[in-house]
Amino acid sequence: MTHRPTTEAELSEIIASTETPLRITGGGTRPIGTTSATTGLSTSALSGVTLYEPGALTLVARAGTPLAEIETLLAGEGQRLAFEPMDHRPLLGSTGTPTLGGMVAANVSGPRRISAVGACRDALLGVRFVDGAGRIIANGGRVMKNVTGYDLVKLMAGSFGTLGVLTELSLKVLPAPETSVTLTARDLDDATAIAALSRALGAPWEVTGAAHLPGTGDTHIRLEGSAASMRYRAERLATHLADLGAFNANFDAEDTAALWAAIRDVRAFADTKGALWCLSVKPGDGPGLVASLPDTQALYDWGGGRIWLLDPSGTKGAAIRDAVARIGGHATRLRGADDLPAFPPANPVVARLEQGLKARFDPRGLLNPGLMD
Amino acid sequence: MEMPAPDSTILSRKPEIVARLRDLLPDDAVIWDEAETRAYECDALTAYRCPPLAVVLPASTEEVSAVLAACHDMGVPVVPRGSGTSLAGGALPTADCVILGVARMSAVLDTDYANRVIRVQTGRTNLSVTGAVEEHGFFYAPDPSSQLACAIAGNIAMNSGGAHCLKYGVTTNNLMGVTLVLMDGTVTELGGAHLDAGRLDLLGLICGSEGQLGVVTEAVLRILPSPEGARPVLIGFDSNEVAGACVSDIIRAGVLPVAIEFMDRPCIRATEAFAGAGYPDCEALLIIEVEGSEAEIDEQLARITEIAQTHNPVELREARDADQAARIWLGRKSAFGAMGQINDYMCLDGTIPVSALPQVLKRIGELSRDYGLGVGNVFHAGDGNMHPLILFDANKPGDLEKCEAMGADILRLCVEVGGCLTGEHGVGIEKRDLMDHQYRPDDLEAQMAVKDVFDPHWLLNPAKVFPLAASAPRREARA
Repeated sequence: MTHRPTTEAELSEIIASTETPLRITGGGTRPIGTTSATTGLSTSALSGVTLYEPGALTLVARAGTPLAEIETLLAGEGQRLAFEPMDHRPLLGSTGTPTLGGMVAANVSGPRRISAVGACRDALLGVRFVDGAGRIIANGGRVMKNVTGYDLVKLMAGSFGTLGVLTELSLKVLPAPETSVTLTARDLDDATAIAALSRALGAPWEVTGAAHLPGTGDTHIRLEGSAASMRYRAERLATHLADLGAFNANFDAEDTAALWAAIRDVRAFADTKGALWCLSVKPGDGPGLVASLPDTQALYDWGGGRIWLLDPSGTKGAAIRDAVARIGGHATRLRGADDLPAFPPANPVVARLEQGLKARFDPRGLLNPGLMD
Repeated sequence: MEMPAPDSTILSRKPEIVARLRDLLPDDAVIWDEAETRAYECDALTAYRCPPLAVVLPASTEEVSAVLAACHDMGVPVVPRGSGTSLAGGALPTADCVILGVARMSAVLDTDYANRVIRVQTGRTNLSVTGAVEEHGFFYAPDPSSQLACAIAGNIAMNSGGAHCLKYGVTTNNLMGVTLVLMDGTVTELGGAHLDAGRLDLLGLICGSEGQLGVVTEAVLRILPSPEGARPVLIGFDSNEVAGACVSDIIRAGVLPVAIEFMDRPCIRATEAFAGAGYPDCEALLIIEVEGSEAEIDEQLARITEIAQTHNPVELREARDADQAARIWLGRKSAFGAMGQINDYMCLDGTIPVSALPQVLKRIGELSRDYGLGVGNVFHAGDGNMHPLILFDANKPGDLEKCEAMGADILRLCVEVGGCLTGEHGVGIEKRDLMDHQYRPDDLEAQMAVKDVFDPHWLLNPAKVFPLAASAPRREARA
C-alpha cells in the first residue's frame, strides 16, 4: 500500500502513528538505491505553488508539485530553475511525474551547475519537512540571504528521504536569457576536449554548459545572454580555443535548447544495457580515469567533473569505485550491477556522523531504511 | 545580553590546563597571562568583552587536533576564532574557555587554475585569496565588507556574503571542501576539488554552523574567472518606495546586475559629510553594477537606465571612467565609517523579501522616532539583506540597552514580513535570544540535535546561536 497524505498535518500523523518502515517517494521517477521498506509514502498529493514573486526571484511550492507545472509557471514570467534539473525517466526507464520534492531530495542539477548559479542545493532557500518522529520542522526561509541557525536546507537536499519527508520548498529562480549559442568541435580526444572545456570555463565569457559526448566525440560549449553579447562571446571564445580545436558556433537557440536537454538527460545512454554510473571528480582527472577503465563509455558534463559512465558488461563496479577513491570524488550507481550499493561509501568518521544524524532525525529507522547503506 | 556564569572548577584548574596546552604547542603559541589574553576579549561586537582563560595559536591541523582532544579530555570549552571581525559576537570568549585562533595558518596550499580551485589554510584573509589568484585572471567571489581583515575560517563559520552575492552566491555556494577537526580531535575531509556530495551534504551543514560543530583548518574554494570589466550607475529617487519598485522592475525585466546597493537619506547625508562623494541629497539612492565587455556593459546599463527613467529619478549618473566609478562606490564603502563618525552604532543584518522594502523602511523610521535614536539604512537591495545602523552613545547610561531593544524590534519586524534575523553576519550572541521568534521549539530542537552529533558534550562555542534557556539542559549536562 501507499499513503498519499493531502496535508502536512496528515503526513505528520501518519508517521507519528506508524511502526511500519516507509518507502518515501515524490513522483517515483528517480529510483536510485533500494530500501527494505515495502509500504509507500508518496508526497504527490501535497501539491501546489504557495507563493511566486517574480520581482523577488522567489518561488515556494509544496513538495508534490509537478516540476512541469513549475517550469510552465516560471516560463510565463521569463524565469526558470537555473540549475537545470534533469529528467531521469529516459535514462532509468521510469514512469510517473517528476516532482519538486523528488528533485530536491536527490539534489538534481544539470549542465548549468558548472556556472556560477550552482546546484539545486544552492538555489534552495528553505524547507519544511516531517522527521521520522512525525515532528514538523522548518529551516531556512524564502529570502536569498539567510544565515539564521544551522543550514538544514543543505542537509535535506540530496538526503533522499532518509532524514525526513519534504513537504514544502522555497527556491531562488532566475531570469531566462534572451538567447543562447552552442560552440561545437568535432573529433577531439577526451584529454584535449577536457583541456578545451577547462580553458573555456576559466575565461571571462560565462560558459553555462561544457560537455564532451561519447561516440561522435563532439565537444559542446554553451553561452547564454543577449544576442549582441552572444556574437561577441562566441567569437572571442572560438579564438581563445583555436589551438585545441575548431569550435564552430550555432546561433539557433532552439537547436541549443534541444542539444542541452539531451545532454542534461543523458540521452546518449538511454536504451542501453549494462551498468550506469554517475561520477563526480576533479575535471582534469576525468580522462585518465576513464582510460583506466577499458570497455566503458563516458559522457563528460560539468567541464569533465561529472562523468556518466556506461559499463556494458556490468562487472566493473568495484574497479570504478576503487579508481575514484584513488583520485578523490565519488561514484553513484544508477542502474545495473545490483549487487553493489548505489551510494558511494563513507569514511569511518563521516559514517559515524551520518549514523548520529539518522538516529536523531529518524530514531525508529522508518524512513527509507537501508537506502543509503 | 547575558552569558552563562563561568565554571568555577575550570577557572581553578587554570594552571593544569595551561600546562597541558604548553606540552602540546610551541612556547609562543599559548597565551595565558591576563594582560595578554585581554587582546582576545572581544570581536567586532565590542560592546561585550570577557578575557578568556587562555589562547592557543596552533600552526597546523595536527596541532588543532591535539588541542581539541586535550580540551575535550579536560572538559574545557573552546571558542574558535578567525580574525575576530564578527559583528555578532561569534568569537566572544567566556572566562572559562580556551580561544583557538587560526591566524597562524594562512598558507596557500595549492592553486589549480585548470580545475578552478584553490586550497588554503583557513587563517588566510578573504581578500588575500583573491590576491593569490588575480594575476591569473581569477577571483574568490564572496566579498564581505571586512574582507581585508576577515579570515576564511570565520567566513565559513558564518557563511559570509557580500555586495556581489546577487550573482555569485555566498560562502556556501563557493566552498567545495574542508578539513574538519571535531571537538574530540578527530580529523576528516569533506568534499574536495569535485562538486557536490555523494551522500549527505555535511559540508553544507558545516558552513554557517558558527564554529559549533568543528574547527575548519583547510578549505577548497571555487575560484572564478574575473569579468572583462565592471561599471556602476548611481540613481537617486525622492522616495524609498519608488527606489524599491525600481529594483523589483529591474529584476523582473531579466537584468541581473552583479550588485544592487541601497542607501537612505540619513545614510546619504552622513556619508556626504564624511567622504564628500558628491551624492545627490535625495530620499533614496541605488548603486547598480554590471559586468562584461565595454559593449555588454553599455547594453545592460541602457536597459537599467531605461527602466529607472520610468520611475522619475532625481539623479542618474553613469560612470564614464574608472575615477567616476570609484567616486560612485566611495560613499557606499565609507558608509559605516561615516556613521561611526557621528556616534557609536549597532549594525543590524536582517533580510526581508524585496517586496516588503517600503513598508519596512517606513516602520524603521517610526521606531527611530519612538526610541529617539537615529537610524541610517544601507543594504544589499537585490537580495533584501538590510543593514540598519542604529546610532547611540555608549557613554550615556541606558543608551546601549535602548539601542538593543530597538534592534530587536527591527529584527522581529524582518521576521514578521517573511524574512529572517540575519542575512550574512550570523546569530552569535547578538541574535541568540531572538531565535525563538523565527523558529518554533521543534525547529530549534532539530538544529541542537545536529550539535549533539558533532559535539556531544557541547564544548565548542557553546553559549551562542541558541537561546540560553533552550540550550541550558545540554550545556549543563556536561558539568
